Amino acid sequence: MEQIKVEIDGLACEAPKGSTILDIARANGIDIPTLCYDPRLSPYGACRLCLVEVEGARALLPACCAKADDGMVIQTTNEKLERIRKTLVELLVSDHPMECQGCSKSGRCELQRLADKYGITESSFTGEVHEYDLHRENPFVMRDYNKCIMCGRCIRICREVQGVGVYDFVNRGFKAVPGTPYDRPMQETPCEFCGQCISTCPTGAIKARPYEDFGRVAALDMLRNACAYFKMPEEDMMKALGLESWVTRTTCAYCGCGCQLDIHVIDNKIVEITSPVMVGSGQGNLCVKGRFGYDFVSSSERLTRPLIKKKGKFEEAEWDEALSLVAKKLGDTKKKSGPDSIGVLSSARATNEDNYLIQKFARAVIGTNNVDHCARL
Amino acid sequence: MSGNGNGHAYKVVLGYGTCGIAAGATAVKEALEQEVESGGYDVDLDIAGCMGLCFKEPVVEIFDRDGCSVVYGDITAKKVPQLLEEHVGKGQVIEDWVVKKSEDPNACDGDFLANQLRVVLRNCGKINPESIEEYIEIGGYEAARKALTSMTPEEVIDEVSTSGIRGRGGAGFPTGTKWGFARKSPGDEKYLICNADEGDPGAFMDRSVLEGDPHTVLEGMILAGFAIGARQGYIYCRAEYPLALKRLDIAIEECHQKGFLGENIFGSDWSFDVKVKKGAGAFVCGEETAMMASIEGQRGMPKPRPPFPANSGLWGKPTNINNVETFAAIPWIIAEGGEKYADIGTEKSKGTKVFCLAGKVRRTGLAEVPMGYTLRQVIFDVGGGIAGGREFKAVQMGGPSGGCLPAEKLDTQVDYDQITAAGAIIGSGGMIVADNRTCMVDLARYFLSFTQDESCGKCTPCRIGTKRMLEILERICEGKGEPEDIEKLQILAGDIKDASLCALGGTAPNPVLTTLRYFKDEYEDHILNHKCAAGSCPALITLYIDAETCTGCAACVKVCPTDAITGEKKEPHVIDAEACIRCKMCLSRCPSESIIAE
Ligand SMILES: Cc1cc2nc3c(=O)[nH]c(=O)nc-3n(C[C@H](O)[C@H](O)[C@H](O)COP(=O)(O)O)c2cc1C
Ligand code: SF4
Ligand code: SF4
Ligand code: SF4
Ligand code: FES
Repeated sequence: MEQIKVEIDGLACEAPKGSTILDIARANGIDIPTLCYDPRLSPYGACRLCLVEVEGARALLPACCAKADDGMVIQTTNEKLERIRKTLVELLVSDHPMECQGCSKSGRCELQRLADKYGITESSFTGEVHEYDLHRENPFVMRDYNKCIMCGRCIRICREVQGVGVYDFVNRGFKAVPGTPYDRPMQETPCEFCGQCISTCPTGAIKARPYEDFGRVAALDMLRNACAYFKMPEEDMMKALGLESWVTRTTCAYCGCGCQLDIHVIDNKIVEITSPVMVGSGQGNLCVKGRFGYDFVSSSERLTRPLIKKKGKFEEAEWDEALSLVAKKLGDTKKKSGPDSIGVLSSARATNEDNYLIQKFARAVIGTNNVDHCARL
Repeated sequence: MSGNGNGHAYKVVLGYGTCGIAAGATAVKEALEQEVESGGYDVDLDIAGCMGLCFKEPVVEIFDRDGCSVVYGDITAKKVPQLLEEHVGKGQVIEDWVVKKSEDPNACDGDFLANQLRVVLRNCGKINPESIEEYIEIGGYEAARKALTSMTPEEVIDEVSTSGIRGRGGAGFPTGTKWGFARKSPGDEKYLICNADEGDPGAFMDRSVLEGDPHTVLEGMILAGFAIGARQGYIYCRAEYPLALKRLDIAIEECHQKGFLGENIFGSDWSFDVKVKKGAGAFVCGEETAMMASIEGQRGMPKPRPPFPANSGLWGKPTNINNVETFAAIPWIIAEGGEKYADIGTEKSKGTKVFCLAGKVRRTGLAEVPMGYTLRQVIFDVGGGIAGGREFKAVQMGGPSGGCLPAEKLDTQVDYDQITAAGAIIGSGGMIVADNRTCMVDLARYFLSFTQDESCGKCTPCRIGTKRMLEILERICEGKGEPEDIEKLQILAGDIKDASLCALGGTAPNPVLTTLRYFKDEYEDHILNHKCAAGSCPALITLYIDAETCTGCAACVKVCPTDAITGEKKEPHVIDAEACIRCKMCLSRCPSESIIAE
């Protein structure tokens, strides 16, 4: 691919043609603040935090949208840019309920991070503040537009990644806000409750309802607030508190796609599932099952040990006993009625490797081609 | 026109644009039809678009066989019988009603027209906009025919470049250069858009052109489509312009019938067609990227440029957007030659510009003047100065994106660079004149409330920044301003200008910045002394009646919503300051101007 050379804050950088200024800066360890940017989405240019100065350009350019040209000389920070960024954050804060202590996004909120960076606790601008009603009409997604910063990420992820398009902006000017068609509850729209909008919302405007509603959330909040308060990364805080790992990176077991999950655990219970952005095959995107289908894990009805029916009643057994029983019965059936009397059905929830083994087992061990898979249905 | 164009003794033309209709032209039309029929007059009745004499509507122009005409203003249905009887029946001009006579162009309010130079408005008010024949009769579509049958696209672009015309939609970008970009942009599929969104409050030049001479705009588009290589054109016109939309539909249909639009137009191998897209009346949809989003069926919100429309526009294809007035000048330029157009105007601003005179000026309406006229010429010679003999204070140019210029700038020439240097913009040509009763803080507040309402809400500085500026201005108008507010406004305005995504936000602070530049003392007066010298801001004034001049006519009593005014008949009245809510309804009613607001 054709390479271009640019200079960012005095640093000579090289990048493939077509890269945005932001791409190149981040690839070279230069941080430019952003709010409406999410690498999963088309660039948008709305928050204006990422404005940079390009030598010879008529106006400041949004680094998230502007493609770099060969030979560009770019400044990502100077007195003017920082003043503008501070003004922008102050403007956002002037219409934001800064009650971070009670907000479960605290510690992860992109606005909070920027307000910290610019030392803003209170805006120097005062005036009208939005007072929207909370939307809590379904069990998955709750919306609090008083915290919305109009980045449009929810709209774009739903349209561009999910292909659904539940949201768009309504109204103009200060009154503009995202919404569903005719302000309908989400269950009356084509919403799939994938929670993708939750995953991209930079503030506490869209949150996962199960997570919000559980009492134990308070504990997690406390932890996150403590992290925010002491400006300590979560991991360090956990070490300080003697907790070994409360976020587990794993692979989603629902299908073979292999989306990466971060399982947030407190007190040995899952409180939320997120996905690391731009990591693994899912790139940070999840479906409704991966994101919300975890309550079975600590369900009291979940089977954790094999059961064997004895005298018409299921009784708990050891794995060895259960597996031996299955092997014996399969062997008996094969002897009595031939291998083709047995069929093997596997699952889309298993990995490709597991599915491979299952068919191998059917063909080589049992000796039948009766193999099928639920994803064929 | 030579002669009145037909065999009748007279041709009677009624101004039938939106302004005329609003002033009652429909009743006049019915009366004319009825009276001509019953009186058996030998006249040809016709309609035309706005002549620009909005302050005199309804307007009737009567042509005799020699083509000499008399324009009558303020015509009502009641006046119609007398008008026909005297002028058509007896051949006597009713001098009292005359606005303008063709053999004596300087008569009466004819100054309004006499001081203009009409290129864009050349046919407005002269031909029936619903008849392609009338347009063809005066040479219409000859420029397009000539270009399509004997010129190359490059030659058309060269001619437009030679003319020096700059886009009339606001930014003043050289049209020839823009067409060149679109022409050179690679791709077979290209689009052309005519921007007829006209969102500036008080601006109506584009509407008047579309209502009065839609074929000129279509011809301009045919030429542009040929020049840049676009086979499909769109006219984005706001739905609030029903008459313009109707006349466009008629004109497009007529063109199809004549073979001027569609396949192989003018017998050439070039094809071009035009669709009308109705806009819902959002100011921001006049911005080109928002307009294209709207045409594509999305919410009208701007996108960062680059990419520019010439490279990636409508549906990602190369696209060229021009304003109605720009297109309307193109046929003239191709017919008369670019050099002739370039002879008009100043070094860097060529041709003519249509201005919308509004506010406290005596003659409101459309004024097309050569570039290089001074503001004084436009406002005083064409516009007749300030209404009611009051004092000129300022002129807001370029609508909500523009700026306010004070009396000492009246000798500035109408020229893109000079006006910009003075702190305003030519913009789309709005000129709102303020007199000494206009409060400049309130004026800035008004424009900012418009832009704030019309902001699309996409970017932070425009959505919240202009809101916070507006709130500061509102506080100042209410007498609750703080001394540091002025600096705060200035800094915030600067950041909004630098950081906004599109020019709506980028220019929204301009009315505040220019009033701060030229009328800072008024801001200070509001903040420090809690006074509004113009007698305008309700929270800072008291109203009282001058007992010396009050005639006790009680006109004020009738309009006061709180019954705050009392007095004996024929005796001086008084206003109860406690009960008065300072709505100023009484102020304009007093015939002796005895009510004083301070
Ligand atoms: C907020 C905003 C509103 C605008 N409204 C209009 C409009 O109503 N009509 C128009 O012709 N141009 C309008 N423009 C300018 C157009 O974006 C564009 O520059 C113009 O149509 C180009 O045509 P021209 O080169 O012939 O001037 C507007 C621009 C902005 C930023
Ligand atoms: S949950 Fe998924 S489908 Fe529903 S609105 Fe959010 S992103 Fe769209
Ligand atoms: S709800 Fe969240 S993601 Fe959507 S626009 Fe508001 S802040 Fe952005
Ligand atoms: S400047 Fe205003 S109108 Fe333009 S994109 Fe930003 S919010 Fe929308
Ligand atoms: S991140 Fe670039 S404008 Fe928001």
